[in-house]
Amino acid sequence: MSAMSSTEQPTGRRWRASLFIVTAVIALPILVIFASLLLPFSTAWQHLFETVLTDYVTNSLILMIGVGFGTLLLGVSAAWLTGMCDFPGRKILSWAFLLPMAMPAYIIAYTYTGILDFSGPIQNSLRGIFDWQYGDYYFPQVRSLSGAICMLSLVLYPYVYMLVRVAFIEQSTAVLEASRNLGKRPWETLFQVAIPMARPAIVAGVSLALMETLADYGTVAYFGVNAFTTGIFRTWYGLGDLTTAAQLCAFLMLFVFALILAERWSRQRLRFHHDSAQKKMARMQLKGWRAILALSIGILIVSLGFIIPAGQLALWAATRIQENLNANFLSLLFNSFALASLASLCCLIIAIFLAYTKRVFNSRIELGAVGVASLGYAVPGTVIAVGVLIPVAWLDNQIDFLSKAWFNYPTGLLLSGTIGILVFAYVIRFLSVALNTVDSGLTAIKPSIDESARSLGATPVRVLSRVHLPILRTSLLTALLLVFVEVLKELPTTLILRPFNFNTLAVRTYELASDERLIDAALPALAIVIIGLLPVLLITKSILNERSTNE
Amino acid sequence: MNNQLILDQVTVKYGAIPAVSDATFSLVEGEIGCLLGPSGCGKTTLLRAIAGFEPVSTGSISLHGEFISTPRNTKAPEDRAVGMVFQDFALFPHLNVNKNIGFGLSNLSGAEKNLRITEMLELVGLTSVAERFPHELSGGQRQRIALARALAPSPQILLLDEPFSNLDAELRTQLAAEVRSLLKKNKVTALMVTHDQDEAFAMADKIALLNAGNIVQVDTPYKLYHKPGSLFAADFIGKGAVINVGIDAAGLLGNNLGSLSLNTLPEDFGNTVKLLVRPDDIAYDDTSDTKLEIVSKSFLGPNYLYELALNDGQLVPCLTHSHVDIAVGDELPVQFDLRHVVIFNPD
Repeated sequence: MSAMSSTEQPTGRRWRASLFIVTAVIALPILVIFASLLLPFSTAWQHLFETVLTDYVTNSLILMIGVGFGTLLLGVSAAWLTGMCDFPGRKILSWAFLLPMAMPAYIIAYTYTGILDFSGPIQNSLRGIFDWQYGDYYFPQVRSLSGAICMLSLVLYPYVYMLVRVAFIEQSTAVLEASRNLGKRPWETLFQVAIPMARPAIVAGVSLALMETLADYGTVAYFGVNAFTTGIFRTWYGLGDLTTAAQLCAFLMLFVFALILAERWSRQRLRFHHDSAQKKMARMQLKGWRAILALSIGILIVSLGFIIPAGQLALWAATRIQENLNANFLSLLFNSFALASLASLCCLIIAIFLAYTKRVFNSRIELGAVGVASLGYAVPGTVIAVGVLIPVAWLDNQIDFLSKAWFNYPTGLLLSGTIGILVFAYVIRFLSVALNTVDSGLTAIKPSIDESARSLGATPVRVLSRVHLPILRTSLLTALLLVFVEVLKELPTTLILRPFNFNTLAVRTYELASDERLIDAALPALAIVIIGLLPVLLITKSILNERSTNE
Repeated sequence: MNNQLILDQVTVKYGAIPAVSDATFSLVEGEIGCLLGPSGCGKTTLLRAIAGFEPVSTGSISLHGEFISTPRNTKAPEDRAVGMVFQDFALFPHLNVNKNIGFGLSNLSGAEKNLRITEMLELVGLTSVAERFPHELSGGQRQRIALARALAPSPQILLLDEPFSNLDAELRTQLAAEVRSLLKKNKVTALMVTHDQDEAFAMADKIALLNAGNIVQVDTPYKLYHKPGSLFAADFIGKGAVINVGIDAAGLLGNNLGSLSLNTLPEDFGNTVKLLVRPDDIAYDDTSDTKLEIVSKSFLGPNYLYELALNDGQLVPCLTHSHVDIAVGDELPVQFDLRHVVIFNPD
């Protein structure tokens, strides 16, 4: 059973009680969302059915299919080129393929709008060169459903790339050689063995990308695409109907759970695909035109996903740096940093607690509780925000009522619209990011290490401070950084829950872009992208390490 | 009989460093060969060269009368009729047993393919697992499925890379015998690679012993054991001790070891020779006057392996029944039986 199975032990009991309280509080917003289905469906539903609901469902589905296909194509090609082949420039490409991760979808969306719009540089020069007028030529509309698919695919493919690349590298070379030995050519081997074997990694990567797609609000809202998230916003802000918004959230969660199941299933399958002792890499050497083609494909993907939009942002930011680099911008920076630091610290503390819980209690109930607490990564920020809003508003009303009854003093909305609520929502959304990092750091410390330290006379506290913390330090810092950056980029949660007149980089970027002030939006956007590069550098470092152990 | 596989002075290089130099070796049809040697001796490299995964830089490899590897031309792995059983079996994890075995049969029609798959499953005695996936099989089953998959396209030669090293010790010897009889019954020409001499002895008709990239001896298992051609071979194969012994012109050995018949000696032996003494060259004989001090002993079940000190302090092994139980420090009466002794000139 468990190391502390004796329930008589007071520490064990207190520990468990805290675990269940933490889990319950974290799960509350999602439970509220589902509970909303039990409430009567308002007349707004009638309206939704007749007008936009079909749009929400079909557009979200088309978006998922499109982004699924796009990330699959880009991610698997990138993984194949850098994981299995060798050509000049491969090493640089293998980390450059991760750069688009630093680019939030709503930022790339508005940047490309600026580049490709009627008044943008591309169409301007086309008209200049060919002497065309408006209406003389066809040019694809960026602000469309297919535009959103392209934008999301360009920044979300790294999820697929990372997982599939590892899958390719860890594939036993013997299996690929066995295929050659049984008479299959290299291309047949790719499609009949290498890609099918990487299927679990592909499914896991695409599921993650699709979770982000469902969570996206900025891109679809900016492009005017009617998807679930924009619908929830409109129901809440336009119709003022929080219950219906929550019910919409609950239907969105059905899609999310399908993805969670797909991802969990494929991670389990991954185990079966790792039983090889022989992992010496034998990369396919590409020469001549093949090498040039491979390099060009790589450069094209990285340019579209990062270099062109980041370059455009830098240009725009530079043109207005004098006006925009002012006290306002500094307060944006300060707000964002303070908020992100606070949220990442909270995440870290809870993550350490949960990770140790997993380690100490190894039984099903406790593991289940930890699992529930870390489900937030899949839940769209919009859903969490609505789920937080409802119970907090209820609590505010109760406090107000009691206060009025007892002290004849109205408290108004005490909690709603505070930083605390916003941080609470972030913790729910990003706890799993911190937990995964801390947990993997902690599993590296084998129980025998604890036991040997204890047998050498160390007290549990001393084991923690002298053994665990030094070993965990990197994981803890990584967890802080990852959550910090995620919070900085998060748009919908902040939009819904931020205190009145409280702005962050992400919110300001989105507001300016929505007001068609694209050039002014560039500075805060660029700040987000640059800070977003930090975790990419971290991942790059781990990729380089993995390479040095593999080669 | 025709040579099925000929390696003619094959050198394989990794970069500038030769992993195997001037390897010459051949197998006739239906023969089972073995490349034996310590790890890093180049035996796997040689096997991979035959499979077409490594090019040769000098020499040639020919299979069934056709050159498949020369310095100028390396036939692609998929174009040579070579079957291979990989060390980790390398079964395709995403395909079930049927599809794994059928993987190399894409030139057959559906019905022919199914027939062949069933035939292969019957051959290895595993018809019951046809629908299972590799991770649902035991180690021994995986090994046999890997064998069936490699044999399904009827290759000209079957290569086995450390085929038993991923199995536990008990299963190893049993499977080695099974695989040998299966290959013999089907007249399959096969070449295996191993570092384990017991496996090599159990499987092979002919063993090439490799050391540091060179084939040092090609012989039957019996001869390799009893007539090692070099100190390396003597040391690597079997148990035994190599001792320095004085010898006179009449063949009389020092240390009271008796005498050797001169016609077994090389012509220009000097005053001392290096002598390989196997545990079975010294026999326990309680009537003997020759008594040697026991330095250590280990119990092997049916036998005791004693380590005895000669007069000049050199140690030799002696194998007795396990009923002969004499304490360390006491003396063991022995009889030298130097028929299998191998002599090396101390040059």
